[in-house]
Amino acid sequence: MKVGKIYKVSGPLVVCKGLEGSRMYDVCYVGEEKLIGEIIALSGDLTYIQVYEDTAGLGVNDPVFPTYQPLMVELGPGLISSIFDGIQRPLDKIREIAGDFITRGIILPALDREKKWYFKPLIKPPIEVFGGDIIGEVSETSLVIHKIMIPPDIAGELIELKEGEFTVEEPIGKIRVKDKIIDLKLYHKWPVRKERPYQKKLPPKEILSTGQRVVDTFFPIAKGGTACVPGPFGSGKTVIQHQFSKWADAQIVIFIGCGERGNEMTDVLIEFPKLKDPKSGEPLMKRTVLIANTSNMPVAAREASVYTGITIGEYFRDMGYSVTLQADSTSRWAEAMREISGRLEEMPGEEGYPAYLQRRIAEFYERAGRVLALGRPEREGALSVIGSVSPPGGDLGDPVVQATLRVVKVFWSLEDKLAYQRHFPAISWLNSYSLYQQDLIEDLSKKVAPDFIELSKEAMAILEKEAELLEIVRLIGKDTLSVNDRLILEAARIIREDFLHQNAFLEIDTYTSLKKQYEMLKICLYFYERAKKALNENRVTIEDIEKLKVRERIAKMKFIKEEEMEKEFSEIKKEIEECLK
Amino acid sequence: MFEIKYHKKISEISGPLILIKGVEGAKYLELVEIIVGEKERRLGQVLEVYEDKALVQVFEGTREIDLSETKVRFLGEGIKMPLSRDIVGRIFDGLGRVRDGGPEIIPEIERDINGAPINPYAREYPNEFIQTGISAIDGLNTLVRGQKLPIFSGSGLPHNLLAAQIARQARVLGEEEEFAVVFGAMGITFEEANFFIDSFEKSGALERSVLFLNLADEPAIERIATPRAALTAAEYLAFNLDMHVLVILTDMTNYCEALREISAARKEVPGRRGYPGYLYTDLASIYERCGRIKGKKGSITLMPILTMPEDDKTHPIPDLTGYITEGQIILSRSLQRKKVFPPIDVLPSLSRLRDKGIGKGKTREDHADLANQLFACYAKGKEAEELEVILGEAALTELDKIYLRFAEEFEKRFVSQGEYENRTIEDTLNIGWELLRLIPKEELKRIREEFIQKYLYPKE
Repeated sequence: MKVGKIYKVSGPLVVCKGLEGSRMYDVCYVGEEKLIGEIIALSGDLTYIQVYEDTAGLGVNDPVFPTYQPLMVELGPGLISSIFDGIQRPLDKIREIAGDFITRGIILPALDREKKWYFKPLIKPPIEVFGGDIIGEVSETSLVIHKIMIPPDIAGELIELKEGEFTVEEPIGKIRVKDKIIDLKLYHKWPVRKERPYQKKLPPKEILSTGQRVVDTFFPIAKGGTACVPGPFGSGKTVIQHQFSKWADAQIVIFIGCGERGNEMTDVLIEFPKLKDPKSGEPLMKRTVLIANTSNMPVAAREASVYTGITIGEYFRDMGYSVTLQADSTSRWAEAMREISGRLEEMPGEEGYPAYLQRRIAEFYERAGRVLALGRPEREGALSVIGSVSPPGGDLGDPVVQATLRVVKVFWSLEDKLAYQRHFPAISWLNSYSLYQQDLIEDLSKKVAPDFIELSKEAMAILEKEAELLEIVRLIGKDTLSVNDRLILEAARIIREDFLHQNAFLEIDTYTSLKKQYEMLKICLYFYERAKKALNENRVTIEDIEKLKVRERIAKMKFIKEEEMEKEFSEIKKEIEECLK
Repeated sequence: MFEIKYHKKISEISGPLILIKGVEGAKYLELVEIIVGEKERRLGQVLEVYEDKALVQVFEGTREIDLSETKVRFLGEGIKMPLSRDIVGRIFDGLGRVRDGGPEIIPEIERDINGAPINPYAREYPNEFIQTGISAIDGLNTLVRGQKLPIFSGSGLPHNLLAAQIARQARVLGEEEEFAVVFGAMGITFEEANFFIDSFEKSGALERSVLFLNLADEPAIERIATPRAALTAAEYLAFNLDMHVLVILTDMTNYCEALREISAARKEVPGRRGYPGYLYTDLASIYERCGRIKGKKGSITLMPILTMPEDDKTHPIPDLTGYITEGQIILSRSLQRKKVFPPIDVLPSLSRLRDKGIGKGKTREDHADLANQLFACYAKGKEAEELEVILGEAALTELDKIYLRFAEEFEKRFVSQGEYENRTIEDTLNIGWELLRLIPKEELKRIREEFIQKYLYPKE
């Protein structure tokens, strides 16, 4: 076998000679310790490799072993409930081997090679099969039926298929491709940088409900959609990302901790097995895949982690599932690109980021979508991608934010001003937007109520009016406002404090169903309507309204249990009627 | 006899860097010994190797190094720190060498100061409340064991007093366990260092402390190694000897400036304000070394102190720090002017791990609700204050005036306390409730009814 020799070492970048014949993005093992690396540039007889592990101790003339294969992920039973690093090494297994700290040169298969899975065939050979066809299934967890598919790049005649217990490496059947016979296994590999194929993309039409009131009611995201959450530190990006992965209406959740805090991953690891899925009552961990590349782990693997995550997401999408992927934070990924680019001595673009930043970000988000999956039976899958961005100083002019906003359809803008007031989620209702609202009208009127979007627009109009009025108040004081304007301030306050404000750490408040969101909003607006009428007919004064007892009940509506919703809400409504007679 | 191999092949010197030609087998990040003049020994570290060249940063600076006479030797390994129980109570220099004139450490083990990342799977979530005795921290921005909570300060603000008070008073309720303080000083003045040593001595903490000192007039490049040496010591104490370690690193701004100096000398593409693009990764490799590990008794809690240039929170150093650490304590100049000590600006301050460390069984059941309510009320009071400045008192509504008064009282009675005043968490929470009595009851929306009943007007 050909062995290359190191020529230069600079941080995570290693340059070597003597690896002619290698292709871009092939994986290499670097040094005697066999650190994992990936080829990112070729020039004459020089090969540039980004190394996914700490390069301390490497020297000139150390060996480099090529594999002639791109960076791949293993796709098969065993993904769910696992925690991987950026290049899909299982962190729990690493701990067994290396102890509490991650040492170097550990090469491990991603999927458990020992564990047996019960495979149930769904079709009978002999039969002609094509890439993407579902041939059977494995019950992976109580929440996930893992569909076993023919790998996308294979087609032929299925000549044998067995039922029973298998490890991922054992053949479950045979397939004849032209004159060759290939073993089928429960898993296959796929290169991370290559999008998995599908039949066609479909426009979004269904809401991805998240249980977060400000999101679902005002800035909803569609299944298969893309969204970004930029915000300065301390504005609650991570809490929001966690809330989505906990409560989003998805069958599979992929959470990528990309260059963020180690303790946050631990939090997820501890919380998720305890939290119950609101629909099935099963632990949320049973539908979750975690990818953790914390900020102190090697920077190049951070670059790979988002691709590892999205490839796994596409795989579950291909089974016909609705998948959400949370990447926290894409800024760290962009910074990893910047670091590698700097070491390659490329001409920098804005803020030192490489000129291809925008392209890479766009390519990544474009892998999301609702699709008609490859193969039979016909099925639709959706992969929604939510990326957080951490702009320096919270400045939205940051190149990563700008590049992201050009591709995503939903923008949840986090503001530190709101965070200081402990208004969480600190999503600014004035700056955020969702371009899906139009696409979702049909779905929302069917699922919630025909006037849901109308109500949401009405409430937004009140909030926008409030912002205008507050400008005036700031200049000349509250007393100059008309009583109607003062009522708008009150109504906006109710919407802000009693509807938008949501505490992720309180049991009932943490998740609100679409139906309850609708009812809550209706109460807020009903109160406004009745108060306005009473005020204009001179039955009450604005001071009376500010002091009404029912306001306390409205404020506590977020703590009403979903089961008691109907009764409670009609009572509140009655009380409003009473006191504003 | 074995002959030590010295090179005389320095081909270029630029700022803190030297380029050595004609070397074989140099390793990335390897330690280099440089002999200047007759016998002065300096240390350096390989930053880049290519062909037969090695680029080396010299920790003690390149003064007096020449191209013809200076000799270098490659030591074949990274910077190692000798470790044993005896490091406790000792003072080291910025590179981890004995500085107090005492005997060398006889190592039980030696560890590379760069450490290795903790496997996220092996981490234990920090959730044990640390009582610092300071209301603004305990009540609102609670510190927990294994957390990294920096102090964002400015020049002239009393961050040192605050850090010393925390080091003196911090304890976990109801437990007597072995604890240690590791103190890493980077580029601070002799006086500042002395203040800490004095304060540790007075409180009896000195014999449980490990000090790493790199003072303002000492080699700047050495500062790159100081926090790493300190954390290597902390990891040993916490995870080998089961101690609870509080690490104080001051001043991170000086550390980052040293990093920038090297980056500039290497002619790297600069990021914001001339700091290298990898500043985030570099800081993370320091901050992320704190925490707890499953099955280990000890823990590392980290409090880095940094002075924000021009009090600007968006400056790259505080900004990137805030993205890595689990919150921040921000000191404010305007509170300092009002003679509030400690001048902690609670609104932009934050402890991300607060909610895991408080509540029933840890502090008190009402803690979270109370803290949220105090935040909300103080924020409203501050808004009213702004309004008053612009429009005068006449423009305020009755409610605004109530909030304004609350904000004043809050600063005076809750935030403000003595340098040696050690408040229990009960005291802190009770002061909070007393203050809330200034606010009409229906305004207290962040608190559950049962707690209002129980604590707002407790039946004695």
